[in-house]
Formats: sequence, structure tokens, C-alpha cells
Amino acid sequence: MDLQNQQRVKDAADKFGAENLVVILGSSDAEGAEIYAETVTNGDPTFAGPLAGVPLGLAVYDIFEQEIREEADASIWEEQISMMEMVLDTEALAKAVKGVREQYGKYTL
Amino acid sequence: MAHVAIRGYSYCLNHTPELGLHYGNTPYTELTSHGETEFLKGLAGNLQSYGEACCYPPNQVFIGGMELDDLAVHPSPMYRNRLKEGPRFGKFGEIMPENEFLGLMDICDVFDLIWLEEGFASDVSAALAKHHLFSDRIMARLEKGHPLPEIDEEISRHGALPLYFHGKIAGCCRKGHDIDESLSAHVLLENLASKAGSVLALLHLLESTGLSPSDIDYVIECSEEAAGDMNQRGGGNFAKAIAEIAGCVNASGFDVRSFCAGPVNAMIAGATQVASGARPNVVVLAGGAVPKLFMNSRDHIKKEMPPLEDCLGNFAVLLDPDDGSCPVMRVDALGKHSVGAGSSPQAITSALVLEPLQKIGLSFADVDKFAAELQIPEITVPAGAGDVPTSNYKMIAALAVMKGQLKKEEMPAFVEQKGIPGFAHTQGHIPSGVPFIGHACEAIREGRYGRVMIIGKGSLFLARLTNLSDGASFLIEPGAGPGLRGEITKDDVREAILEVLMDLSKGLTG
Repeated sequence: MDLQNQQRVKDAADKFGAENLVVILGSSDAEGAEIYAETVTNGDPTFAGPLAGVPLGLAVYDIFEQEIREEADASIWEEQISMMEMVLDTEALAKAVKGVREQYGKYTL
Repeated sequence: MAHVAIRGYSYCLNHTPELGLHYGNTPYTELTSHGETEFLKGLAGNLQSYGEACCYPPNQVFIGGMELDDLAVHPSPMYRNRLKEGPRFGKFGEIMPENEFLGLMDICDVFDLIWLEEGFASDVSAALAKHHLFSDRIMARLEKGHPLPEIDEEISRHGALPLYFHGKIAGCCRKGHDIDESLSAHVLLENLASKAGSVLALLHLLESTGLSPSDIDYVIECSEEAAGDMNQRGGGNFAKAIAEIAGCVNASGFDVRSFCAGPVNAMIAGATQVASGARPNVVVLAGGAVPKLFMNSRDHIKKEMPPLEDCLGNFAVLLDPDDGSCPVMRVDALGKHSVGAGSSPQAITSALVLEPLQKIGLSFADVDKFAAELQIPEITVPAGAGDVPTSNYKMIAALAVMKGQLKKEEMPAFVEQKGIPGFAHTQGHIPSGVPFIGHACEAIREGRYGRVMIIGKGSLFLARLTNLSDGASFLIEPGAGPGLRGEITKDDVREAILEVLMDLSKGLTG
């Protein structure tokens, strides 16, 4: 996760409280999704950005996880997301983010 | 509507691991933020040699030394399955070693910004003198060099940045102004490297097309650097500066910017000028991006693989009127990602792929190959960005399924048939569709492809001015020559009238 986005997440957690923040990922790659999820839960694993050593434990979800899918308007989902469902390994993405959340997350929906 | 010939193309790489080690953004920010870390030591200790870079299969594909079909079946990881031989020159261009590239940067410097150490300058002069594209006029621009103490002083006391070769100081890049950040040594180094890469690609293009520099009418440059000063940070104009060095005395030019979508937008800008008759020919070109060297190297080092992002990419394409002898770029079916199109992948894919095809009554099946973002997958996958080219083909296939033009179970076959493997360095604008133009035109000439689509996409949101992205696309087809494409010319009308009059005359005379 780039340094600016790490700062934005940190600022939002400071302003609204980590317990009130949900991060929804739309990564195309399970390994990348794991890194992003780890960054907002356990801290930046590369130790390069503002979240290095900052374990926010945020509630982080992949957009293809059931909890998020159920929150989405079906017609918007069809218009914006449905094509990518055919392209991406949605199960692997959801599993990757859920695994990191369960390991490092302090909050859930 | 007139179509525009793609008369020639060139593709070069500049193997610049030491520019990358010191001035690539990832290692540079690591050094300035955290000092000499284990990552930086690992990077410095694992740089690829020039020979290794030449034997890396994607690099050979880029310069036309290897066919795409051969790359598609090459065993991976390719960095462990290098070619036995890696020639410097391919049919599209070359892989230039770093010492010669530093010499070329000096040749391209008209403000005495690059100083080379005198011994290094002498060695480089001898090496470049053997290069078949470096004329006496160009070689005369190479400086004799400065004593090392002068260079050391320029670095230690006047803010110049050291240039390295084999770990030793080979010269420096001086700043252009005391307080203007747009003219800092760092910015000027990036700009001169980009300019030098473009000049190299232009020299190869002139050679392959058999044109004289004075034949070039117009140059459009489309890299991602900004040339200017503090009053106009992106004032330009790289294009004219490049044309000047190459000796294109009759040319003018301008720059086009749109992040990674720049090259496709520049191709469209050039083609429409030719199609309208405004210009007899246009060269579209770009040099590479020093900041992107070793962009993903942190992950490469962590995963104990060689840091592969050690090459700057350059290209040049010559456009002129269609005479039937060259593949053509269609200007009547251009993909455009409009402001209101939406930013979801399906909205972007619809705008860039489906809509231009629909406009001329074609379907997905009518395109033999699609080329969008052509990054080398084994560079991006370890960094968590996935196989970018394959993701693009899957998106196009998925859209074809949604539009009822493909069955879902046919998606894997569609991806394999209509995609090409990634073979371009992560140089932003360089991998964005345009590296395929050369291979595509060769295949069209040989009758292997009937139609290909080139797609460029750009992340405009990185500039913090808009959340939008950009995109553009065009089709390449076999050339047919003027008047042979269904358009009605004056001659056609004259002939038809004569035919009718003759028939009428025969009828009247019985």
C-alpha cells in the first residue's frame, strides 16, 4: 500500500476511531490483498510507510466477501462489479483477506 | 475516412542498473528516509549484468530479437531460463549498455549539465564511435570530459548528482538553477535520460525507414516527464529538443501527456494530423522513466529474485499516408474513455474495446489480438499486482460474455487466442499497448493477423487533480491504399458518370 494511502487510513482512524472504520479492498491479486489487509491490521509489513509498527486492527474486508456483497445494491453490483466476478478468483481473494482479518483484526462488522 | 500508414517502428532498452540503484524512486526514497538499509545492500549486491539483461527473453522480444509466440512457450521463471545468446541488436532496435547511455545523455545535453570524467568520456567515445547510428555530427557533441577532482567538487559543493559506472563515479549531472526545483539536478537527470532514450529510438527509426532526418515533418513526444521551470513546470517541449539532436531540421513538434495513456493518445494525435493532410508525416516517440527503475525491487529482493526493473524503455513510430504497402491505423474507430463513462473496469473496457468495434459493425471475434498493459508478469506478480496483461484479456473476455458474444466456458480459450504475453518493463507509459505495434505490424504484413487493437490506460488520479482515469484505443489493419477502402473519390464519381453517359449514348444511337 502506497505511503499516501497509509497516511489517509491512519488519519481516518485517528479522526473517527479505529472501531468505526471499515476498509474494503478491491485488489485483483490475493497476495496483494493480503499485504493491504495486513497493513491496516498489523501494520505496514515493509516498514516503509506511516503504518509501520502501527497495528490498527481495522475491520478489513474484500469486496467479494459475503458481508459486503449483501450490503451492495444489486443493480449497482451488476453494473460495476459483475464483470470482475468473472475475471478474478473471488474465493481466493475473500479467503486471503478473511484470514488476515481473523489473525490480526481487532474489529469486525 | 483516410487511414494512416504505420511506416516504421523502433524499440530500444537502455540497461541502466546504476541509474536505477541511485535514482529509481524506491531505492532513492529508501536511502533518503532510512539510510543504507539491508534492502539497499541486497539490491546493490544483486544487480543484473548487461549480458544477463540481453539474455532475458522479454528484453529480446521488446527489441525484436525474439518472437512473441516463442516467449509464450518459454519456461518460467524466465530469469532462471535465460537465452543462451542475447544479441545487442534486434530487428526493432537495441539494448544499450549503461556507459554508452551516459555518453548519449551527454550528447543530448545542450546546457553543460552532464559532466563526464575524462577517462570515462574517452572510453565511451571509443565505444560510441563504433555504433553505426552515431554520425560524426552526433559524436562531435560528446564532451572530452573533466578531471575527477572537478566532478567531485561539483558534487560536494554545487549540488550535482553523481553518475556511476561499475560502482565508480563516471560523471555528474549538474543543477540548472540555484533554487528552482524544476531545474534541480534530479529533475534534469530524469529529463535528459528520457530525452536520450527518445533520440536513440528516433535514430533507429530513421535507419529502419531509410529516411533522412530532414524528411521528418513533425514529432510528438509522450513520455511521463515534465520539462519546464518554476514558472511553468510542465512547459515542454521534449519533442523539438529530441528532433534537434537527431538533426530533424525541418521538424517541429509538441508533447502529449496522459500518464500511461499518453502513447495511445499521441498516436491518435499524430494519425489524425496525417489523415487530415496537415502533416506529411509524424513521428510519435518516448524515452524512459528513471524514477520507475527498481520500482518493485523491495519485493524482488525479499523473494530472492533478481531485481529485473533495470531498463529504460524507448520507442518511436512513423506515421504517414496509406499507400497500401504498410499496415494502417484506423482513425474512424477510436476508443475514448469519456468523463461520464464511469470508472469501473467494465465501464472502461466497454468504452475502450466494445464501443469502437460497435461503431464500425465489428465484434470481439473480429479482432485477432488485443494489447493493453503489457508489463512483464514475473516483475509484477511478486509485488502483488498480478499478471496485468492476462487480467486485461480476462476483462475483455468477460465483457464479451456479458454482451452475449462469447460463452463463459470459452473465456480461457479467448484469453489464450487473443492475448499476448507481457514483455515490457514497468515504465508506465512504455508497456501501455504500444510495444505491440512492431510485432503486430510484422504479423499483419505476413498475413498472420488481420486486425489488432492497441489499448492505453492512464492513472490520472495520481496527479491529485481528478479521481478519473484515462484511456484510448485504436485498431491496426492491413493497408489498402487510398480509395480502396470503400470511400468514394472524385475519380470514382467521374468514372461512374462516364459509364452512364456512354450507356446512354449507345442507347440513343441504337
